[in-house]
Amino acid sequence: MADSKENLTIHINEAWCKGCGICIAFCPKKVLGFNENGKVTMLDRENCIKCGMCQMRCPDFAIFLGGKE
Amino acid sequence: MNHPLAEGFFRMEKLPHIWCPGCGHGIIMASIARAIDKLGLDKDKVCIVSGIGCSSRAPGYMDFNTLHTTHGRALAFATGVKLANPELEVIVIAGDGDLSAIGGNHLIHAARRNIGLTTICFNNNIYGMTGGQYSPTTPTSEKGTTAPYGNIDKPFDITQLAIGAGATYAAKTTAYHVPQMDKLMEAAIAHKGFSLVEAISICPTYYGRKNKKGSAVDMMNFLKDSFIDHKVAEKLPPEKKEGKFLIGEFLNKVEPEYTEQYDKIIAQLKK
Ligand SMILES: Cc1ncc(C[n+]2csc(CCOP(=O)(O)OP(=O)(O)O)c2C)c(N)n1
Ligand code: SF4
Ligand code: SF4
Ligand code: SF4
Repeated sequence: MADSKENLTIHINEAWCKGCGICIAFCPKKVLGFNENGKVTMLDRENCIKCGMCQMRCPDFAIFLGGKE
Repeated sequence: MNHPLAEGFFRMEKLPHIWCPGCGHGIIMASIARAIDKLGLDKDKVCIVSGIGCSSRAPGYMDFNTLHTTHGRALAFATGVKLANPELEVIVIAGDGDLSAIGGNHLIHAARRNIGLTTICFNNNIYGMTGGQYSPTTPTSEKGTTAPYGNIDKPFDITQLAIGAGATYAAKTTAYHVPQMDKLMEAAIAHKGFSLVEAISICPTYYGRKNKKGSAVDMMNFLKDSFIDHKVAEKLPPEKKEGKFLIGEFLNKVEPEYTEQYDKIIAQLKK
């Protein structure tokens, strides 16, 4: 499990993000924010704990944990 | 890279969906797909049926056998599907208007028969698709386009309605409480007999605007602060429970399932 988390990172599909702000508001580490287009952006990748709450609450499949490219 | 769930369980060419920014329906739809994944169901043995409404658009995005029917009648169509092919896992997606106003009669009779269907109600307390008319779950004194001075009706509790009518599994959850929602979805789909999960959704566009509930984030905060698991609530002092709504699994029991009883009659007559 720890191993698999190592290889994960947050991915954002900006084209699908509707800028509702839900993932940003409920991220326990407050590492997400809006970019200049009003879409979600990762502000502090170091401090993301890969809990997946943003992925679970995004209504639009626009943010998710996936393998590092 | 694409969202892992979107890729396996949704019609990618139909996404992004048309729901408004912050609409809770997308959160609930994803939870259903995760539950199907977790249960390891054969995708070809799953049939998702809906009526009409914003919520009822979900099967259009979901990559299973899907049926988009008429307003309020999803349970009637689903009953036909299940009787014709009882080995299918039939899941009905319905809005609060669809399920408890025009479709209320289908709901109570499907529950009464304990037919093996899983019904997921996307309850946003309003008619979203048609522009914000009040529904049977709009709380008293809240507003809708058809209740500009406040609703004078008393709302239905859909979970309790299903229990009263004879459902054998009933649970309530919210679009904020996703880990709980995932577990309840799984249990409801795995349940033999009529099961219902009432998922409280948010409609920032109509319910939110009409009732000055703020942004989607504000509405999610309301869900977070106002709903507690009834098992947790049992242990809390009365002042901590005041004004809270209860969620969680309310009923899980075993009774004869309708299509099995039906097949028994056929077998008997063939003797
Ligand atoms: C027979 C019939 N009556 C009325 C309508 C109009 N209509 C379409 S959707 C809807 C209600 C939608 O509300 P709900 O079921 O709560 O779903 P939501 O859009 O909020 O997800 C109504 C009244 C219709 N399409 N067909
Ligand atoms: S995985 Fe958790 S910590 Fe990381 S961005 Fe998402 S919600 Fe925040
Ligand atoms: S929850 Fe989804 S749609 Fe909303 S801001 Fe975050 S990524 Fe965008
Ligand atoms: S009108 Fe309401 S229920 Fe319909 S998509 Fe918009 S937010 Fe969702």
